[in-house]
Amino acid sequence: MRLTNIFNNKSDLLSVYFTAGFPELNSTISVLEALENAGVDFVEVGMPFSDPVADGPTIQGSSTHALNNGISLKLLFEQLEEAKKRVSFPLILMGYFNPILKFGVERFVERCVECDIQGVILPDMPYEIYDEKYRHIFEKRGVFPIFLITPQTTDERIKLLDENSSLFLYMVSSSSVTGKSSGNNMQQLAYFKRVAEMKLKSPVMTGFGISDNKSFKRVCGYTNGAIIGSAYVSAIKNSVDIESDTLSFVKRIRG
Amino acid sequence: MSENYFKKYPSKDGFYKEYGGAFVPPVLEKEMKKIADSYFTISKSHNFISELRSIRKHYQGRPTPVYFCNRLSEKYGGRIYLKREDLNHSGAHKLNHCMGEALLAKYMGKKRLIAETGAGQHGVALATAAAYFGLECEIHMGEVDMKKEHPNVARMKILGAEVIPVSSGLKTLKEAVDSAFQSYLKDPDNTIYCIGSVVGPHPFPMMVRDFQRIVGIEAKEQFFDMTGELPDNVVACVGGGSNAMGIFSSFLEDDECSLYGVEPGGLSLKKGEHAATMTKGKPGTIHGFKCYLLQEEDGQPQPVYSVASGLDYPGVGPEHSMLRDINRVTYDSVGDKEAIDAFFELSRLEGIIPALESAHAVAYALKLAGEKPHTSVLVNLSGRGDKDLDFVIDNYGKDYQI
Ligand SMILES: Cc1ncc(COP(=O)(O)O)c(C=O)c1O
Repeated sequence: MRLTNIFNNKSDLLSVYFTAGFPELNSTISVLEALENAGVDFVEVGMPFSDPVADGPTIQGSSTHALNNGISLKLLFEQLEEAKKRVSFPLILMGYFNPILKFGVERFVERCVECDIQGVILPDMPYEIYDEKYRHIFEKRGVFPIFLITPQTTDERIKLLDENSSLFLYMVSSSSVTGKSSGNNMQQLAYFKRVAEMKLKSPVMTGFGISDNKSFKRVCGYTNGAIIGSAYVSAIKNSVDIESDTLSFVKRIRG
Repeated sequence: MSENYFKKYPSKDGFYKEYGGAFVPPVLEKEMKKIADSYFTISKSHNFISELRSIRKHYQGRPTPVYFCNRLSEKYGGRIYLKREDLNHSGAHKLNHCMGEALLAKYMGKKRLIAETGAGQHGVALATAAAYFGLECEIHMGEVDMKKEHPNVARMKILGAEVIPVSSGLKTLKEAVDSAFQSYLKDPDNTIYCIGSVVGPHPFPMMVRDFQRIVGIEAKEQFFDMTGELPDNVVACVGGGSNAMGIFSSFLEDDECSLYGVEPGGLSLKKGEHAATMTKGKPGTIHGFKCYLLQEEDGQPQPVYSVASGLDYPGVGPEHSMLRDINRVTYDSVGDKEAIDAFFELSRLEGIIPALESAHAVAYALKLAGEKPHTSVLVNLSGRGDKDLDFVIDNYGKDYQI
């Protein structure tokens, strides 16, 4: 399934982030299967890094845990190769730049292609550096970056990122880290409206701080759907039955 | 080295050749640009410069002296000089950039300063600056360092700062930076993250360097006054590299001066037992910038260790990374044992108790002086050792008849 098809055919999309190698090293595949069975539209697989500056305590904790379990990019790609035989919804990778740099950017993109990874979110990679140094490597192989916009991003920059997006824009709901509840304030509403009124060419997904049916519904009113991370990571942290916990989590969110 | 070195480095985007930059999440992108813009306009203004000059003179007690070590030179050979940053107010060079950063924060209308600290020297300096300007101050510090450097924890609290203990990972400097970033992201509008060294995303490595340049500017003139020449060697310890950039910056274009950056060799150069980033690291990104980085095969930062809490960081300033590649500065390491020896030598031969960080530079200077009897060595004595006394007595006292 291609991401673009999903955006063309469906609204109120639900996308979930989870940390690879968490809670167990080999959970990656079972979590993916559980998410697909629960009807999640697509997934961001988190590549753990020990110093994730944009993430709150939940994802930071799961990343440390996964690294202690022994996860690495190399291992993750092996897991994803297996996963590709078992799930068919679109997969995106999300993570910090250094492990990719060390792995080799070309080799990373190559492995993405082999594992059917359609896009990547690199929160600490500014657009300018991507554009100047790495764009050709990614575009040549049809793996596309997803850029983040925040309440501080100017209209001009949003337009630039929109024009250079092939998949979707990731709208960060507030100027904060992941896992902090998205305040229900006027400022945020004004931001949602501002972006909606820009009539961007790219679909927009909202993330950071979405944790229940109410916050999910709210952002679906303005954008194509929501990305949920910390709330899901917490839900499976001590789970003994990931399959059924995932199912009830997704039910609760969709309402 | 070209004449307009400081115009050339960093580039407009904060690069020192391939190092530096601002690898930050979008929430911080705009804020970093704002700080850079403010820095270029405000800090070059007449009012800002006058106020900072006055602070340096009347509040910090600058210029700090350059001192010739008589007995040390006699024993080890060479001519050893110290730039006495231990005499800078609050006991280390750190106040030089903290007063600058806090003054900028005041001009920008910020209400709160936050930072990480390793040895607590940067935390104390920032708490001092916050008290001076009437700003709130929040300092993040690893629990291991809090125990080791408890006098500095007490000082920060007395100065009115809030000290946030960090209990993740190895509970030292790197984790403190992670924690401070988290806190910063919650309210970047009212807060400024005053990073403690020439590290982090652009414009911090440049700002901190520029505020530290006073050390080199003074030292060069003072040394020339005393000797009629330039030093043959300039030595400084390197954690992130702020005191080293401060003193090196005045000598970069003087090819007759050899420059040495001394990193912590810890217990050994085995993984996890040191923080000798330049010796063992490979280029990578951490905490928003590119630099030499001690890292695993899979790109995760390695655990680091040093007897000096202010030096155990897996990265290093981007400008140092460049200066290494172009061979302008020689980077080498000194282990715990040699640093402790130098700590006692300087104390007992000159009556100056250095910070454990600075003791690394002293140890290297003794080595250089021993090798070349006529050479002159200017050491940046970045801080005083009061914070380290209990730790040194408890762990090494009996080896030195205490
Ligand atoms: C006295 C002293 N010297 C040196 C350092 C290391 O920092 P830098 O390399 O930025 O000078 C510290 C850090 O805490 C310090 O307290």
